[in-house]
Amino acid sequence: MTNRRDALKCLGVGAGTLFTLSGGVFSAFDMAEARIEEVGTPLFLQISDTHIGFNKDANPDVIGTLNGTIDAVNALPSPPAFALHTGDVTHLSKASEFDTANQLLSRLKVSEMHVVPGEHDVTDGPGAEFFARFGKASDNRGYYSFDAKGVHFIALVNVMNFKPNGLGALGEDQLAWLKDDLTGRSASQPVVVFAHMPLWTVYEPWGWGTGEGEQIAALLRRFGSVTVLNGHIHQIVQKVEGNILFHTARSTAYPQPAAGVGSGPGPLLVPAGQLPGMLGVTMATPDRKRHLALADSTLA
Amino acid sequence: MTPRLFAFALLAITATGLHAAEAADVSVTIKNFDYSPMELNIAAGTTVVWKNMDGEPHTIASVDGMFRSPALDQNDSYSFTFNRPGVFKYICSIHPKMKATITVK
Repeated sequence: MTNRRDALKCLGVGAGTLFTLSGGVFSAFDMAEARIEEVGTPLFLQISDTHIGFNKDANPDVIGTLNGTIDAVNALPSPPAFALHTGDVTHLSKASEFDTANQLLSRLKVSEMHVVPGEHDVTDGPGAEFFARFGKASDNRGYYSFDAKGVHFIALVNVMNFKPNGLGALGEDQLAWLKDDLTGRSASQPVVVFAHMPLWTVYEPWGWGTGEGEQIAALLRRFGSVTVLNGHIHQIVQKVEGNILFHTARSTAYPQPAAGVGSGPGPLLVPAGQLPGMLGVTMATPDRKRHLALADSTLA
Repeated sequence: MTPRLFAFALLAITATGLHAAEAADVSVTIKNFDYSPMELNIAAGTTVVWKNMDGEPHTIASVDGMFRSPALDQNDSYSFTFNRPGVFKYICSIHPKMKATITVK
């Protein structure tokens, strides 16, 4: 287990960050009207794939690594205003796992946490354990939107009602809702979309994508600054397409193999010393150019 | 408990009850993100028992919603008794690329 001192050092601003995506990728667009406030202060934290209940060799102590992550975030000199959890809160959708996860995550010093389900959270079907805890914000649909600090946030659910093609799916109702939600909105307002499975195709043979990905991207293209955040694949993969930045976060529980390596997208067993460097969170901070900059940090 | 879940619970109880009365179960092994066998032909009244050998959890979820297992951790099993003829496709609701079919005659 990583000791707390090391974790703090590496989550500290500017230290231990593997890379920082500056707003430069959006420089072709006029962001003068963007209303992101409080430049330089972390706006939100993305935490993902906590998999409470997992107990296999790839990480026998997922509670410990989550606690280490929370300690590190809480010790930041300027903590984020709120947190997004991009799903797989639990490993097996069990009530006891959700209870433990909630107890642990309640220690995060953030004003609120927005949670979308991963497929591991809803194996018991719609309207069950996940929704009993996190369904209120969305009237049990799971998808909803809100505004914070001038940024429009959209929570999507792409892990229910899978089709046999193996990709994530929004379904017609949710896609229609998304279209409505974006209609009439100023293109200069920064948009953050978050869901569990990647909203673009990372690797089709393992189902790492969303069937309606192209339709979703088409709805987002007119906006000057779009950040699409996902989890699911337990590693960082990113793509920039026009003014849309697609980014997946690490897990706090265990890594997964790179696309297509090995028999399937299961837990990746690595030497114990390497594990902390493969677990972590993502911080989003408005920068001096009033863009949203993402910084990934690990527990190493 | 929602009506839908309650219905599922009743179905599960029925399946378990019949299970005791049937002689030969048929096994499906889940390993390396595959169901084996992927195509299964059985007689009506047969109970199928799935066992997950992977370190990653899997489920057995019929495409038409007739049966749906909880998440099976490594070495967990789930059984369902097929009482009526038909072709039943199912997937893993965690890894929907995993597909298989049971034909009941």
